[in-house]
Amino acid sequence: MALAGAVLALGDPLFSKGVDGGVLLIVVGKAVATLALLLASVVLMIWFERKIISDMQNRVGPNRAGPWGILQTLADAFKLFTKEDLLPERADRRIFRLAPYLSVVPAFLAFSIVPVGGFVTIAHHRTQLQLADPPVGILFLLAVSSIAVYGIMLAGWSSGSKYPLLGSVRASAQMVSYEAALGLSVAAVVLITGSLSTRDIVIDQHGHLAGFLPNWNVLRLGFIPFVIFLIAGTAELNRPPFDLVEAEQELVGGYFTEYSSMRFGLFYLAEFMNTITMSAVNVTLFFGGPDGPWFHSVRWLGGIVWFLAKTVVFLFSYVWLRATLPRFRYDQLMDLGWKRLIPLSLGWLLVLAAMIVSRPWGFSVVAGGLLFVALLARAVMVGRSATDELAPGPVGEAG
Amino acid sequence: MVVSLVAASFVVGPSRPNRRKLQVYESGIVPTAKARHKMSVRFYLTAMLFIIFDIEAVFFYPWAVILRQLRWYGLIEMLVFMGILLVALAHIWRKGGLEWD
Repeated sequence: MALAGAVLALGDPLFSKGVDGGVLLIVVGKAVATLALLLASVVLMIWFERKIISDMQNRVGPNRAGPWGILQTLADAFKLFTKEDLLPERADRRIFRLAPYLSVVPAFLAFSIVPVGGFVTIAHHRTQLQLADPPVGILFLLAVSSIAVYGIMLAGWSSGSKYPLLGSVRASAQMVSYEAALGLSVAAVVLITGSLSTRDIVIDQHGHLAGFLPNWNVLRLGFIPFVIFLIAGTAELNRPPFDLVEAEQELVGGYFTEYSSMRFGLFYLAEFMNTITMSAVNVTLFFGGPDGPWFHSVRWLGGIVWFLAKTVVFLFSYVWLRATLPRFRYDQLMDLGWKRLIPLSLGWLLVLAAMIVSRPWGFSVVAGGLLFVALLARAVMVGRSATDELAPGPVGEAG
Repeated sequence: MVVSLVAASFVVGPSRPNRRKLQVYESGIVPTAKARHKMSVRFYLTAMLFIIFDIEAVFFYPWAVILRQLRWYGLIEMLVFMGILLVALAHIWRKGGLEWD
């Protein structure tokens, strides 16, 4: 583990003077702190979501356990501990037991590369407030989020039941469809930063744009990658309005229908961990991470405050989406992913690349080219539908 | 860290196992037939398309990192690469590979 930690944290000044006992202790401490932070925020997030949703729906929501019901999640968790852990008779035992871990572990690993603050000095060791800063941070993130698909897939398959299987097949098709769009929108960030390290991405967004605006990627990249990332990220999380995976009316609970007790709890935990991680990654990639205009006097605390504040905004927006939007239909979901988001993100990536290579010229050349292609495609579509209307008899499908 | 997480949930997880009828859940009805039936071929198609486009996305990363050094050469190379992929996407689209019903 120590070796893996050292390899993962190459960019950290903590390791510049070699690895000794103190350094190791700090790494372990950071890992524990990260896990504690993530678990605490999951507990708060579940409460936050229930409370906000109930406010939006004119209900009271949890209000018994603790002040404003803030301990409700803990109470639920303890209840889950005391429940019986069922193993369905048709289940593939080993895989059924493995699947929850495959879901939780990637959720935690993904968070480990998120910079939550600036630098601190602990006992003469200067280190960054981030569990790991691998030079390939973004690739690591994508790899880990792909592993999460395995957890869902195997959970559904190994249950040996119909609803979980349908749920998991839907989930994996949805997640892989949006992963391409997600990857391409993140590639735009990499393009403008020229580095895959999350720390570099945050540092690159320091300063101002046009005098007064923050130099955040959301503005520098022209909103589109951010919007794609937000949509694809929501789909990746299987959160509403993309929650077809666990559509209660059709599929009972989706891929974790057969799970009970703490194994069910682990899936629930992973889901909320992923939500928090996705918000945090969004803040890191597009909103300058822990960077902010005030509180620079309080050195390291300011960064954390900014980071948390920005993350909470995104968490709120996820809850808001859930309270507001109806669920997508499956064909609409696939259409949005493959026919809108992927071409859009590819095109925008080219525009950005051209802008970077040669500011005015490349931009106009590529933008003009894209516009031309789009117009041509539109003209062909209009022309074809016109001929279809004129043509007698049944109109054949293209495929 | 990961090991401790797994261990913690393992210790507190299985608390009181006892035997019981462990049928799969099918809305209270006795389950019929086996669950592992054939899925629609569209899911397999989606999986294959995903492999193409995700690998493509991964190819973008090294290119994106060093685009500032490659300049026009890199841009044109990527235009060619992306052109081929867009032709493929357009072909799938026209063939109806992206339609769900």
